[in-house]
Amino acid sequence: MRLIAENLGGERGGETVFSNIGFALEKGEALIVTGPNGSGKSTLLRIVAGLLPAAGGKVLVEGGGEAFPTVASAAHYLGHLNAMKTALSVEENLAFWRAFQGEPGLGVEEALETVALGGLGHLPFGYLSTGQRRRASIAKLLVGRRPVWLLDEPTAGLDKASEERFAGLMRGHLQDGGILVAATHLPLGLGGAKALRMGQVL
Amino acid sequence: MAGRPERGAWAQASQAMLALFLRDIRLSIRAGGDALTGVIFFLAVIVTIPFGVGPDLNLLSRIGPAILWIAALLACLLGLDRLFQADREDGSLDLLVLDNDRHMLALTVLVKCLAHWSGSVLPLVVAAPLLGLFMNMEPLGIGATALTLLIGTPAITFIGAAGAAVAVALPRGGLLISVLVLPLTIPVLIFGVSASYGAVADPAPFLQPFLILAALTLFLAVLGPLAAALALRHGTD
Repeated sequence: MRLIAENLGGERGGETVFSNIGFALEKGEALIVTGPNGSGKSTLLRIVAGLLPAAGGKVLVEGGGEAFPTVASAAHYLGHLNAMKTALSVEENLAFWRAFQGEPGLGVEEALETVALGGLGHLPFGYLSTGQRRRASIAKLLVGRRPVWLLDEPTAGLDKASEERFAGLMRGHLQDGGILVAATHLPLGLGGAKALRMGQVL
Repeated sequence: MAGRPERGAWAQASQAMLALFLRDIRLSIRAGGDALTGVIFFLAVIVTIPFGVGPDLNLLSRIGPAILWIAALLACLLGLDRLFQADREDGSLDLLVLDNDRHMLALTVLVKCLAHWSGSVLPLVVAAPLLGLFMNMEPLGIGATALTLLIGTPAITFIGAAGAAVAVALPRGGLLISVLVLPLTIPVLIFGVSASYGAVADPAPFLQPFLILAALTLFLAVLGPLAAALALRHGTD
């Protein structure tokens, strides 16, 4: 499948943040979006996900088949917020997203093992540290199967070991024919990724 | 995945909605949930009324159904602002909205409303017969009021969902939601109270206002979630 963005323009509160951004990603390709604060990295990701209307241009997936006809249905969106309930246990949170998102992937236990949170699933999400919360949130990408990962500062709060583990997860996702778009300041450790530098055109 | 049987999709959707329902119920019971806030507010209003009105038992039993309904209505409005705001604050709302292509967002909203109703409004309905005693109501009147509350309060939640969706981005949206929603709930209140009166006061009918109340609930069960979904869809930023 392919993820294509054509002549995308984005605006926040009536101000144009960027315009004429385009990319096409094939199976197994990654795009790293970099740029200074306020250059519209998060806005771009939210527009690609379909959470914000584009000021111009369009985003589409090709060849997603019946299961993933649109970008929203084909994508995992990992934003700044973790989308987990502090009052529920980590397991309950993940089990909910696994059931809600459809196309179940790894089991909850297995996903927690993968992000090195095995044995902590019974704790309320609110008890976890910032980095552990991020890791639980990354486990959310594994419990539902989606070909496109849209990641906004995915490694914020992660320690060195977790960053490397996450880089491994991303490489695994790409090897399985996934597509990945990540906005970040930190190198993600992905060789051969395409790069998009925001904030130069304007 | 081509040619996936239709039944599989149905099973997946119902599983997803069941998971959402159970999550919201759990949240309303756990610490920080508002299952009890509404009941305590309801109790506080009903208990203070007899002190304010005075010891006229006939008057109390006459205004009883109306007071129960008004107090229940206000208690319903109390927790509504958190319906979508809690999900927005932790980022879940984005993902719920994104899954619009998989499960219609209106259906997600409907399930959230049902969970909210079961978690915070159903306790009011259960408490209503007990509080009816404070108002010196006769058993038939208490039964009728509880029944009309059971049938009518979901309508308030459905209207409230639309209000909550519009005000989701506002930090202190609670009051705004009440102001938006209250005028729209007046028909529900009128038919709820007149059905309750109809059960005890002889010439007044019970069945007609009761059926209109049921119709209002069914109508708003469709319209409320659709309106809320539309507002949420365009309210993301």
